[in-house]
Amino acid sequence: MLRARFAEDKLASLYRAGRIVGGVYLGRGQEALSAAGGVALRKGDVFAPLIRDMAGRLAFGEPLIDVMRTYLGSRLGPMKGRDGNIHRGDLARGILPMISHLGAMVSATAGVLLAKRMKKEKGSVGLTCLGDGATSTGSFHEGLNVAAVEKLPLVVVVADNAYAYSTPKDRQFACADLLDRAKGYGIEGEGVDGTDPEACLDVLGRAVQKAREGSGPQLVVGRLLRLCGHGEHDDGLYVEKDLKNSERGRDCLSVMEKMTQDRGMGKDWEKWKEAAHQEVEEAVKKASEEPVPDPFEEDWRATRTQGAAEAWVEE
Amino acid sequence: MSITYLDAIRAAQEKALQDDPSVFIYGQDVGKFGGAFKATKNLAEKYPGRVIDSPISEDAMVGLAVGAAMEGMKPVVEMQFADFSTVGLNQMLNHAATTYWRTGRPCPMVLRLPSGGTPGSGPFHSQSMETIYSHYPGLVVMTPATVEDAYSMLLEAIGMEDPVVFCEHKLLYYHLKAEALPSEAGPAFRAHVARPGRDVTCVAYSAMVHEALAAAEELAGEGHEIEVVDLRTVKPLDTDTILASVARTGRLLAVGESWPWGGASAEVVARVASEGFELLDAPPQRLNAKDTPIPYHPNLWAAHRPTAVRIAAALREVLRY
Repeated sequence: MLRARFAEDKLASLYRAGRIVGGVYLGRGQEALSAAGGVALRKGDVFAPLIRDMAGRLAFGEPLIDVMRTYLGSRLGPMKGRDGNIHRGDLARGILPMISHLGAMVSATAGVLLAKRMKKEKGSVGLTCLGDGATSTGSFHEGLNVAAVEKLPLVVVVADNAYAYSTPKDRQFACADLLDRAKGYGIEGEGVDGTDPEACLDVLGRAVQKAREGSGPQLVVGRLLRLCGHGEHDDGLYVEKDLKNSERGRDCLSVMEKMTQDRGMGKDWEKWKEAAHQEVEEAVKKASEEPVPDPFEEDWRATRTQGAAEAWVEE
Repeated sequence: MSITYLDAIRAAQEKALQDDPSVFIYGQDVGKFGGAFKATKNLAEKYPGRVIDSPISEDAMVGLAVGAAMEGMKPVVEMQFADFSTVGLNQMLNHAATTYWRTGRPCPMVLRLPSGGTPGSGPFHSQSMETIYSHYPGLVVMTPATVEDAYSMLLEAIGMEDPVVFCEHKLLYYHLKAEALPSEAGPAFRAHVARPGRDVTCVAYSAMVHEALAAAEELAGEGHEIEVVDLRTVKPLDTDTILASVARTGRLLAVGESWPWGGASAEVVARVASEGFELLDAPPQRLNAKDTPIPYHPNLWAAHRPTAVRIAAALREVLRY
């Protein structure tokens, strides 16, 4: 959580300094829910994060240097400059690179899990994250329905942050609680206070465990707010003041800090903060010094099969 | 024994299931029922757990295949009709087609599209989708016109490391027959001269190859030798074979069953105009379906699509110049 927050704070200031190529979308306020998903998974599992999952990614094992390489345009990053920032992924590590079309990763993650089942690889779980807005897509419905039909070990984590970009949730769906949808799919679901790190660990841990044990897809709905705009280009002024000042608008990182103090771990917290700061600064420095993509070295081939490229591509 | 185009598609899938444990088939009613056109008949019984019925969820069908392909499987997705693949376009165009470019890892999957018009099928069960898929980078788009190609190209598609859109023509399913399945495949990504000639090059693909061959036969009676080029694969497009043919004939008619705005026939004309301008003795022409939804009634449908009669008329125009 600390590394994610500091990394994103750094990215926000680099963005304002004009040093980032493309957009910056932060997960400020959503770190507890996201990280809990990453913590609950283990090696061999599959993680399909969305735009506010820096914390989950780092918890699942994505190297911080790959984060900075992508945002700062190093050619050594996992996407080599061909795609950027929140779209980064690393299939070898089990991190699916998201496409922008919301809900699309649900069926893709289900597909990975179906393949693992067919290959007789047992015990793997897939976890994908999205926001309340993404639940309005047909893709979300089709994906979750297929996963339920196939009884796949898929955990779908909905960060219900009350707004999809600027649209409040009463313009997004008419059901009282997104959790009610679980019943319609014939799957289990559990809600959680997304600002409470302990509760998130508990609920996500349980959901992943149930999926692993063969109980089929699990829906987790975390209630929280994003404590920033949709992207760094957005001031987020549309978020209602009352909501911001409510329990839902708590900063999970402050909750975490208080928790450590209450348990006499205040000094540890300070040490962790310092270590996280240092790690972020080092990653930024390293990535900044690395070479950028070179259009003359790019092969400009979108296909892999020999001969499948059009005549205007040099084989 | 005679083998239909549809038998060939079924046989290719059976061989792929037999030869490669990573192949599986996914689609609506493909399991015990054997598919809407019976292209997977008896395969679920023979290969348990590998011929899987999907819900009516085209987006999720393709999305699931993308995930499975990323995980090393080789899914073959059957759309009930090519027309319905529009619902899964996002996953195919934005997900499957971008995966190799974005990640450097292959996304080997085949999207089988029962394509093209048949009498009485109407606006939503008759479409040819190759134009849309070919526009997007990262996909191979195959349009086999013969029983032999339906078999060997489907096997080739399943063996590829890229996502392949396999446009099989419904009009050819039952009527087109061959004596036996081919033991050898035609060259990958190469067009084929289906009928040699020296007066006009008529480029066609899928069911239009047969209309073009019938038109060529008709014009032979009038003393004209039409060379018919079967593209076989529309993406990548085999420009070399087309240009070599135009070098022999000096005239070009490109035929496509899809709509006239853009598409394979437009691409053929564009490439011949820019790369083979000096070979031409007449302006290169194209013939496509009319620019309306595909009509339901057979009388209207027969006038909507290019037929041997319309192709013959267009060839006479090209010859007259």
